[in-house]
Amino acid sequence: MTANIPALEIKDLHAWYGESHILHGVDLTVNRGEVVTLLGRNGAGRTTTMRAIMGLTGARKGSIRINGNETIGLPTHKIAHYGIGYCPEERAIFSSLSCEENLLLPPVLKGARGGDTPGMSEAEIYEMFPNLRERKQSQGTRLSGGEQQMLAVGRILRTGANLLLLDEISEGLAPVIVQALARMILMLKKKGYTVVMVEQNFRFAAPLADRFYVMEHGAIVERFAASELQAKMPVLNELLGV
Amino acid sequence: MNFDIGIPLPALLSQLLLGLVNGAFYAMLSLGLAVIFGLLNVINFAHGALFMLGAVLAWAGMEYAGLNYWIMLLVSPLVVGMIGVVIEKSMLRWIYKLDHIYGLLLTLGITLVIEGVMRSAYGVSGLPYSPPDALQGATDLGFMMLPNYRAWVVGASVVVCLATWFTIEKTKLGAYLRAGTENPKIVEAFGVNVPLMVTLTYGFGVALAAFAGVLAAPVIQVSPLMGQNLIIVVFAVVVIGGMGSIMGSIVTGLALGVIEGLTKVFYPQASATVVFFIMVIVLMLRPAGLFGKEK
Amino acid sequence: MLQDSNRRGQVAVYGALLLAALLAPMLGAYPVFVLKVLCFALFACAFNLLIGYTGLLSFGHAAFFGGAGYVAGHAMKEWGLTPELGLLLGTAFAALTGLVMGALAIRRQGIYFSMITLALAQMLYFFCLQAPFTGGEDGIQGIPRGKLLGLLPLDSDLALYYVVLGIVVAAFALIVRTIHSPFGQILKAIKENEPRAVSLGYDVDRFKLVAFVLSAALSGLAGSLKALVLGFETLTDVHWSMSGAVILMTLVGGLGTLAGPIAGAFVVIALENKLGDLGAFLANVTGLAWFNTLGESVTMVTGVIFVICVLTFRRGIVGELIGLADQWKARRKPAAPLGSHLVDRG
Repeated sequence: MTANIPALEIKDLHAWYGESHILHGVDLTVNRGEVVTLLGRNGAGRTTTMRAIMGLTGARKGSIRINGNETIGLPTHKIAHYGIGYCPEERAIFSSLSCEENLLLPPVLKGARGGDTPGMSEAEIYEMFPNLRERKQSQGTRLSGGEQQMLAVGRILRTGANLLLLDEISEGLAPVIVQALARMILMLKKKGYTVVMVEQNFRFAAPLADRFYVMEHGAIVERFAASELQAKMPVLNELLGV
Repeated sequence: MNFDIGIPLPALLSQLLLGLVNGAFYAMLSLGLAVIFGLLNVINFAHGALFMLGAVLAWAGMEYAGLNYWIMLLVSPLVVGMIGVVIEKSMLRWIYKLDHIYGLLLTLGITLVIEGVMRSAYGVSGLPYSPPDALQGATDLGFMMLPNYRAWVVGASVVVCLATWFTIEKTKLGAYLRAGTENPKIVEAFGVNVPLMVTLTYGFGVALAAFAGVLAAPVIQVSPLMGQNLIIVVFAVVVIGGMGSIMGSIVTGLALGVIEGLTKVFYPQASATVVFFIMVIVLMLRPAGLFGKEK
Repeated sequence: MLQDSNRRGQVAVYGALLLAALLAPMLGAYPVFVLKVLCFALFACAFNLLIGYTGLLSFGHAAFFGGAGYVAGHAMKEWGLTPELGLLLGTAFAALTGLVMGALAIRRQGIYFSMITLALAQMLYFFCLQAPFTGGEDGIQGIPRGKLLGLLPLDSDLALYYVVLGIVVAAFALIVRTIHSPFGQILKAIKENEPRAVSLGYDVDRFKLVAFVLSAALSGLAGSLKALVLGFETLTDVHWSMSGAVILMTLVGGLGTLAGPIAGAFVVIALENKLGDLGAFLANVTGLAWFNTLGESVTMVTGVIFVICVLTFRRGIVGELIGLADQWKARRKPAAPLGSHLVDRG
């Protein structure tokens, strides 16, 4: 039954940038419909983990199963077809495209293998982010930070991806917008999306996540459920300086 | 009308048209170079040789298979485009990760191979090629005689350049190209087959050069060396225009062709080097190029 | 310790080369041919200063090589200057041209730099094509060898040989000295990581310009020497294919190695001269008559060598040899005990 297959299953993942060995055997599992947060200090390897899932690092070794499919040996452009969408830390809004062109750029991957959530329509996305409708024709990089973040998330919602990798989406944004993003994540969860978040902003991430992983030196050092959060605070204080 | 500049108007306009013709070639070649450079980060030294190949194929099509100009206008770019795909897939893709100089050296090597093979086969003297019957002769416009073929070259080039510009700036396909030029890895992460796009872009760029070659066959001597000096001028055109905008490349190419043509009228000794002089001036005043964005 | 053994190795190699060069005429080598190779070797070494050690790919070095050749040739033939003055004039011309070209080209980075040098050199080419004193398509013929310092006649091939050899060795020594000097170290730093060099406070553009002028001047010396040795100067030396040729020599020999350009110059010139024979040999061996035309396809063969070098042979002859030597040395050394690297620090 598809419901039992984890959305994301990583076993003993090693990854390199050139000669630098960054990830040293990462193990992590994300079940369907969960929101999982990846915590850790700067340089711990959280963004590298996301990039490794998408095939954007150098050499990789280990196992990465997306919606049940092994993707460790695949080139980047094939990985998205398994129902995964990536929102990078730098947002990567294209300056040579308008807001609308940016939104419509990622192709809708019909029948995304393992993806049973249909992509959101353009109308639905504009309903979620009305600002984007007003700024349709503006150059992508002329949008405000918050608008660019919404654009970055909005464009992968259209593709039919049901597993979302969100890297530092609250970074540098005003509290009002951060709250809106929190509401968005809860809504996505209700709709059945699976979300993996890398977040520095502990106050933002803590109430949203079902489970937590903590990374240090390229490996997972702690894992616990939301219910254990209070008990784990001293450990987290030490690991993250929270 | 009396312009007392010592040159009769019809002669001046005729040179202007010749300048536009050269400018059309500069525009198409620098456009192809810019598109290839944007996505592949490689300066395609072989552009001149592939331009030449397009012209030689037109001649060969007529000589060996009786295929006329109009057919070759379609077939030649297709064949050269496919050769480009082979070049990209077998050789270029290995050097993307390396220092940029290797791209220049590799395409230089490819240029020498293509020119060398053509030289052995056809020598260095020109191969004759006449314009198609429909475009022979001239039209009397009253103030000048308009050579039909040259008018056609300018017209066809401008149309093709504008069509390319439109496709890149205004269509979804162009959006992929623009996004891929900016951040190919992220575009790949969206599921777009960027490596394929890269290959096809190179193929298109050189097909454009071959199209220019077919257009050039009746006006420039078809010889294995016809691309050599042209490519160096096109490099200067590209430095002057900067590679930041498609329209910029087109406008710069046409304008420099016109300026070169006018120089031939008023100061012929400088006509071979006027584009380089302009490059020097632009470098001193606006190093990024007229339309350039510093990369 | 490793440094010393490297140094000893290098000294041994250069010593052997020098000995070979000194004895060459005795051993039956045709002096003018060896001198031609030496001139191109100097040209390639001067070029390598820029690409191998500063990381700048100039596509216009023919302007210095051929331009200086024209100036020196004209000075020695028409103005009757003695050889050393002719060489000096040629070198000065190249340095000045290098200053102008370098100042313009350095305004842009990377690929644009290369394209600008190509365009500027092309300007010089057209000038040489049209200017009256260069003799156009015929070039300058009958450049006299004259008397060195007004005293030593250079008409004898042997006298010319040792004088030119002396000059080339001195120039080469200058290049080696430059590379090992603090100036040379900064050039290397610029090549490896320019932003870092800038952040360390170096006026990177000035360093690049000095390197460019030095490279141009020595290329000019090489060109002037060649004009003196061969007695003529033609447009071939200012054509962009000559710029391509020196790039090929450096690439084949090994970018960024000291001896590479020398090896590369030797290989490329030998190949050029012997291509016809090689073609005939291959035709006999494989039975394919087409190989007989190889002699006329210098362009094509050059191109093929370029492609092969860029794709599979980037370190060049000397680079590969050094790589092999390093591997061999590593295998011979016993494994260092754990923590020894901590002890050696300090």
